[in-house]
Amino acid sequence: MNKEPLFHISKRSAVPWYVAWIVRGCAVVLALIVCAAVTVLVTGENPLNIYSTIIHGTFGSARKIWVTFQNVAILLCISLAVTPAFRMKFWNVGGEGQTLAGCLAAAACMITLRDALPNWAIICCMIVSSIIAGAIWGGIPAFFKAKWGTNETLFTLMMNYIATQLVAFFCVVWESPKGSGQIGIINQKTEIGWLPVIGGQRYLLNILVVAVVCVLMYIYLNYTKHGYEISVVGESERTARYVGIKVDKVIIRTMLLSGGICGLTGLLLVGATDHTLTTTLAGGNGFTAVMVSWLAKFNPIWMILTSFLIAFLGRGAGEISKTFGLNQSFSDILTGIILFFIIGSEFFITYKINFRHGGKKESGV
Amino acid sequence: MFDIISFIPRAVMQGIPLLLGSTGEILTEKSGNLNLGIPGTMYVGAISGVIGAFLYESSLPNPEAFSPFMAVLIPTLACLAGSFLMGLIYSFLTVTLRANQNVTGLALTTFGVGFGNFFGGSLIKLAGSDMPYLALSATSNAFRQTLPWANTTGWFGQIFLSYGWLAYAAVVIALIAGYVLSHTRTGLHLRAVGENPATADSAGINVGRYKYVATCVGSMIAGLGGLYYVMDYASGIWSNNAFGDRGWLAIALVIFTIWRPNVGVLASVLFGGLYILHMYIPSGMNLAVKELYKMFPYVVTIIVLIITSMRSKRENHPPASLGVPYFREER
Repeated sequence: MNKEPLFHISKRSAVPWYVAWIVRGCAVVLALIVCAAVTVLVTGENPLNIYSTIIHGTFGSARKIWVTFQNVAILLCISLAVTPAFRMKFWNVGGEGQTLAGCLAAAACMITLRDALPNWAIICCMIVSSIIAGAIWGGIPAFFKAKWGTNETLFTLMMNYIATQLVAFFCVVWESPKGSGQIGIINQKTEIGWLPVIGGQRYLLNILVVAVVCVLMYIYLNYTKHGYEISVVGESERTARYVGIKVDKVIIRTMLLSGGICGLTGLLLVGATDHTLTTTLAGGNGFTAVMVSWLAKFNPIWMILTSFLIAFLGRGAGEISKTFGLNQSFSDILTGIILFFIIGSEFFITYKINFRHGGKKESGV
Repeated sequence: MFDIISFIPRAVMQGIPLLLGSTGEILTEKSGNLNLGIPGTMYVGAISGVIGAFLYESSLPNPEAFSPFMAVLIPTLACLAGSFLMGLIYSFLTVTLRANQNVTGLALTTFGVGFGNFFGGSLIKLAGSDMPYLALSATSNAFRQTLPWANTTGWFGQIFLSYGWLAYAAVVIALIAGYVLSHTRTGLHLRAVGENPATADSAGINVGRYKYVATCVGSMIAGLGGLYYVMDYASGIWSNNAFGDRGWLAIALVIFTIWRPNVGVLASVLFGGLYILHMYIPSGMNLAVKELYKMFPYVVTIIVLIITSMRSKRENHPPASLGVPYFREER
C-alpha cells in the first residue's frame, strides 16, 4: 500500500523573469481561448470576429485610444497606491474607499469654496485636501493594525462602504437640481476647480501625473530607506523589530502614503475628467487594483503592463457586449476567467511538479 | 410610531441572506481560507436558482401541471450546484495551486457578479418582458409558503411563523454548523487546520481535504442565501444588481459574531434591522440622513473588529492561519 505518490510538488528556486512572463503569457493565451469558446457558445459568432472586436474596441479610434489610456492611468494609479502596503503584507483592499474619500474632498472644495476663493487657491485646496482625505481613510485601519493587530483586510473592506455612504450622503446634500439626488457636473459654466487641460487633450494630464507617480514609486520602493524598511517588515516583522525598525511607524507611514495616492487618484477623477461626484466614481478599480498589483509582483514598472492588460480586456469585453448585443456584465465574466488563469499560472512559476521515477516524464510548464 | 411588529419580520427577512452567507463564510474561514468571493458566490447561487426555476416554469405544458414540490426542489438543487462550483474554483486555485486568497476571492466576486447580471439580463430578454426584471411568482409562492398558523396567531405568528422554509433552514443550518464546529471531532480537526495547518498535518489530518470540503460546503450554504433573497425576500423577482452589497455585509457579520454561527442567528436579525432602520426612523424631509443610517452595519462591524483585537482573548481572534496558503515543505 505504501506506494510513492504519483508526483510531489516542490518549490522552484528563483525563476528567470522571462520564464515567468512566458508562463503568464501562455496563461493569457489559454484564457483568451476559453473566453472565445464561451463567447462563441453564447453568441454563435466566429471567434476571430470576437478578437478583432476586442482590438477595435480598444484602439478603434483616437478617442477610444485616449479613453483606454485614461482607464489604464486611473487603474495604474490606484494599483501603485496599494503596492507599498502589499509589499509589507498589509492587505489594503480599501483602495475604493480611499479613492472615494479623495473624490469627496476634491468635490467639497469645488462646491463650498467656489464663491470664496480664486480659482488657483481652490485647486491648491483640492490637491491638499484630497490627498489628506485619502491618507486619513488609509491611516485609520493602519493605526489599529499597528497598535492592536486588527485585521486590516476586513477593516479596509468595511471602510469602503462607509466612504460610499458618506458620498451618498453628500450627493443628497449638494444635489442639483434639487430633488434629483445627484450632483451633476460641478461648476459647469464657471469651470472653477477644473484642473487645466494640457495640449487640448482631456486625459493627458492624468496620464502624465500617473507616469510621474509610477517612476517615483519605483524609486521609493527600490532605492530609499523607507522602501527597504517596507520590504523588511513584509518579509518578517520579527526581523524588522530585531534590526531596530519601528514596525508601528512603518505601517502607519506606509498606509498614509498608500491612502494619499488613492486620494490623488480621486482628485484626478473629480478635478480632471468627471467633474462630478457619484458613489460609483471609483468604478471597482479599488478592487481590480489589488489584482493588478499582485499580478505585477508588486513591481511598479511591470504594473504598467498588467494594468494595461486588465484595462484592455475590460474595454474589449465591453465592446463585445455592445457589438453582439450582450449586456455589459459579460465583460466581468471574461475578466474573471482571465484572472483565474493568470492566478492559477503563478503556481507553475513558484512550484514544480516532480513525477515519480519510471512514471510519466516531467511535464512542468 | 415605531411599529415593532412589522419591523421585526422585515429585519429577519433582511437578515436571513446575511445569516446564510456568514454561516458559509465562517466554515470557510475556520479552515483558514478567507473567501472574499462570497458576494460573487451568493450572486451565482441566486441566478442558478432563477435559471432552474425559469427552465422549470417554461417547461410546463400548462399552469395546472405546476407542482410546488418540484418548484422548490429544482431551483434549490441548481443553486447548490452553482455555488458548489464557485467553491470548487476557489479551493482549486487557493488550496491545490496555492494562489493568493485575497486576489482569488476578489476575482471570484468579479466573475460571480458578472455571471449573475449577465444571465439575469439574458433571461429577462428571453422572457420577453418589457420591464427590466424577471418575475417567477409561481415558484416564489412555493418558496414563501408559511407555516399554517401564521395568520391566526396574531403578533406571535407574524414574528415567528411568517417566513418561508429557507428561513427556518437557515437557522437550523447555523445551529448545526455551530454545534459541529465546537462539539464534534470534525469541527475540532477543522479548527486545527485553520489555526495551524502544519500541526494538524503532523497529527494526520488531511489538510487539503478539510479545506476543500469546508470551502465548498460553505459556498453552498452562502449560495442558499442568494436563493433566499431572490425567491423569498424579492418575491421571485430578479433584477440586476438588486442584491447589492449584502455579500460584503455577510462577511462583516462573520466578524461581528466572532466566528460563531449560532450567535449569527440573532446577530443577523440585528444587522437586517440596521440595514432597514433608515426606513423606520422618521427623518422628515431630510433624505440625506438616511444615507448615513445605512452606514450603521459597517460602523458596528469595525467597532467589533477593534474591540475584539484589543481584548486579546484567544478565542475571539480570527483563525491564526487565515489567508495563508499551506505548503507542506515550507515551515
